[in-house]
Amino acid sequence: MRKADTQIPAGSYATYAVVWLALVALLGATIAVAKMHLLVRYSVLAPLAIASAKAGLVLIYFMHLRYEGWFLKSMLLVTVATLTAFIALTFVDVWYR
Amino acid sequence: MGVDYEGKKIGMWMFLFTELLFFGGMFLLYSVFRYRFPLDFHAAAAHENVWLGSVNTFILLTSSFAIALAISAMRKGRSRLSASLQLATIGMGIAFLCIKSVEWATKIQLGLYPNSPVLLQKGPGEVLFFGLYYVMTGIHGLHVLIGICVIAFMVVLTRRKKITRQNPIKLENTGLYWHFVDIVWIYLFPLFYLIT
Repeated sequence: MRKADTQIPAGSYATYAVVWLALVALLGATIAVAKMHLLVRYSVLAPLAIASAKAGLVLIYFMHLRYEGWFLKSMLLVTVATLTAFIALTFVDVWYR
Repeated sequence: MGVDYEGKKIGMWMFLFTELLFFGGMFLLYSVFRYRFPLDFHAAAAHENVWLGSVNTFILLTSSFAIALAISAMRKGRSRLSASLQLATIGMGIAFLCIKSVEWATKIQLGLYPNSPVLLQKGPGEVLFFGLYYVMTGIHGLHVLIGICVIAFMVVLTRRKKITRQNPIKLENTGLYWHFVDIVWIYLFPLFYLIT
């Protein structure tokens, strides 16, 4: 973990531009996939996978998660795990009711 | 450097975690109802304008890019450029809300709003779809509106030299909030516009 009160390095404009281009490309990909009318099974999975890739790029680069220490990353992990547990437990109930 | 930079940032992240669980509950509700009423959701999603949704996604992704650049510019000591990029972010946020209001207005004109006579004649899944649509995009839109107001405040602070290269935490935390709002939309877009 970085020392307290140590700022993260200033991001380079070029890196942000590449990330933005990647985000726009993924937006194009998700629209193209939707127009292809994939099998029902993948029609939900594919857009959500692409959305997660976009969210990951925003988190890692724009929100500077790549510069953060284990403390903040593990807090994020616990939050996401909690939400996943809620969703999983609810669906166990929905499926087997 | 501002007092307790790390603490202020962690505080912002903790707020965002509560926001994640808040929106997560609504996403869970959407998933369960979609599972229960797949055909109704399919029929209701046909009313969505994919083109407008895509343009709005592009606008929000670009606004995230702009606020990231604004923070980077501030950290490089270019506060005037930073203020301009913050204003550009505000402009894109307003454009997003304008397009969103056009979408809402179009639906309301078609009689597709909660408890409307047109909607009540449709299946229960369609009623739920539009209920979720208005609540989720409405609360997201409210977050965009709050973000616009906070960024406007940051522009004032930047111009008054209260946000500086040495003390950029207020702007950085505002950026974190704006990116989070962008992430929420990144998931809302496929759920309401693409998965049909």
